[in-house]
Amino acid sequence: MHRFDFRRLRRWELALAAFALSTPFLLPALAPVSSSLVSPAMAETVEKPDTSRIVSIGGAVTEIIYALGEENRLVGRDSTSTYPEAAAKLPNVGYMRQLAPEGIIAVNPAAIVAIEGSGPPEALSVLKQANIPFTTIGETYDEAGILAKIRAVGAFLGVPDKAEALVKSVEQDLDAALADSAARPESERKRVLFILSTQDGKIMASGTGTAASGIIELAGAVNAAGKFPGYKPLTDEAIVEAKPDVILMMDRGGAHGMSADQLFALPALSLTPAAKSKALVRMDGLHLLGFGPRTASAIRELNTAIYGKKTNASQ
Amino acid sequence: MPRSEAMDGARGPALAARIVHAWRKGDRSGLARTLIAALAALAAATFATSIMTGAADASLGNVLRWLAGGASGDQALSMRDRIIILDIRLPRAVLGMLVGAALAVSGVVMQGLFRNPLADPGLVGVSSGASLGAVLLIVLGSTTFGPVFALFGFYALPLGAFCGGLATTMLLYRIATRSGQTSVATMLLAGIALGALASAVTGVLVFVADDKQLRDLTFWGLGSLAGANWTKILTAGPIILLSLCVVPFLARGLNAITLGEAAAFHMGVPVQRLKNIAILSVAAATGASVAVSGGIGFVGIVVPHLLRLVIGPDHRYLLPASALLGGTMLIFADMLARTIVSPAELPIGIITAFVGAPFFLWVLLRGRSNMGL
Repeated sequence: MHRFDFRRLRRWELALAAFALSTPFLLPALAPVSSSLVSPAMAETVEKPDTSRIVSIGGAVTEIIYALGEENRLVGRDSTSTYPEAAAKLPNVGYMRQLAPEGIIAVNPAAIVAIEGSGPPEALSVLKQANIPFTTIGETYDEAGILAKIRAVGAFLGVPDKAEALVKSVEQDLDAALADSAARPESERKRVLFILSTQDGKIMASGTGTAASGIIELAGAVNAAGKFPGYKPLTDEAIVEAKPDVILMMDRGGAHGMSADQLFALPALSLTPAAKSKALVRMDGLHLLGFGPRTASAIRELNTAIYGKKTNASQ
Repeated sequence: MPRSEAMDGARGPALAARIVHAWRKGDRSGLARTLIAALAALAAATFATSIMTGAADASLGNVLRWLAGGASGDQALSMRDRIIILDIRLPRAVLGMLVGAALAVSGVVMQGLFRNPLADPGLVGVSSGASLGAVLLIVLGSTTFGPVFALFGFYALPLGAFCGGLATTMLLYRIATRSGQTSVATMLLAGIALGALASAVTGVLVFVADDKQLRDLTFWGLGSLAGANWTKILTAGPIILLSLCVVPFLARGLNAITLGEAAAFHMGVPVQRLKNIAILSVAAATGASVAVSGGIGFVGIVVPHLLRLVIGPDHRYLLPASALLGGTMLIFADMLARTIVSPAELPIGIITAFVGAPFFLWVLLRGRSNMGL
């Protein structure tokens, strides 16, 4: 054992390691290109997809389908589609980012329409194999984005005229709400901090490029956490530094989340201007962040919550 | 006893009676053999059930007829059935069996090697290394590893995880090996240190990740068989199978090592070689498992314990029994995950903990008197 111990073992070990490391590189090359045992023998794209039975993924997409009056085609929805109440009665195929392909196939849809960011990719590839057309609706957090969403869903359902009518009314509504917000002079704009969660005292705030940041700006306020992209946990000092006048949170209903008193008792938040006036605004998550047909009312509600009833105090 | 006997449903009660009888008599090896036969039957039954249940209605008969080359009636409908059964359920069951067996067997080997019932593949840094590999790919993916993604697509991530896990283990092994002798204690401590280091790097990467990447990270870390498909099986399967085929040859050596490394060495067991093979098999099996299904905990510790309480510490029986029970447990948990909130799905970790933990506690409390734990 002692004589050839070191060298030989090492070579042997290296050989095994090399094998183990090379296997995954060699195998996909041997694996069939399609990860399916069943090779679909159907036409790849149909001229006009059948949209008589659809699964809708994403709260805003589902809302738009209802607003277009096309809800009778819905056979399933994801867990973020909670509005209107009728939608909540549809079979729930899971969270938009964690879809289960078999669950979707189970409700037997002819097509799927989903908001950008739905997944996971593996689930989408299985659905593709099952020949269920999958349409993605893009998303940006501004007025143009909402109107584009409505048009895209309308085009998908083959009801462009209905979509244009809805675009017109939503656009008017939005323009009115935005004009109100825009009339407020820069100097009077309040700083709003959107808090996603306060897990064990770590405060997750929303930076730039998020739905929360978008709605805060549309409502004529300033995103207090506008220095970084995405959702990030903020240090206590950064929160004090952000000087929010108002704290905005999602209303999770029931006894979830903290009371205003508990929230402002957190050391970091107790030092903010918001704590002095106990300015905490809670709104329904989908209404606030959905960027769908109801966004105009969300803007008005948020604006009122931040600045009080009287619009434009400036004379 | 031959296995075919166990597969025969009508003999179920008789088999159970034999197990109870052997248990009472204290006949450990007879009990173990019978139990392994029973577990094989249970595994086959669970596998079949798993293929037959799910959110969608799919006729297995249709698919079998198609496989046998028979004519099918409605082309579109039978196509749907084929996809559900052959492309969704079957890969999940196969992957569940493989991953469950890999995790349970890796647990047995680690516990034997470290002579510590709480050892776990996570201890040798495989898991943290694997997650570091995956996180690296997710966060720096498109910029740094563009060519890798271009080459492997979806499979870049499992690959990154596998290489990360294996690289960590190799490094650890180098640290713990001095002049051809691997110190198990050093390895354990270094494993903890490397694990912490890998977690720290992962933490930094999580902080620079954007939202989309963060979501990928969390779902990847949860552990699930939801992404199962044939390519994943072809990628991870051979590695896992190779490890599972090697491990039975270690059984006698692992039995000897329970007396201590020196004693085993004097009994004629090539201790150093045993350690080499054991550590590499565990690293490969765990790395491949983590790579295709994320971090599914609990199986590697609970299954070996459960079986030790029933059939004792003999690795000759413990290894095959663990492989069978681990696979069965994971398929069963996955089946529940797919059906409880159907048509949606639960993360499998929730199920393994909910079903496994109370059962495990119950066995522990019941077994304590006989085991002298």
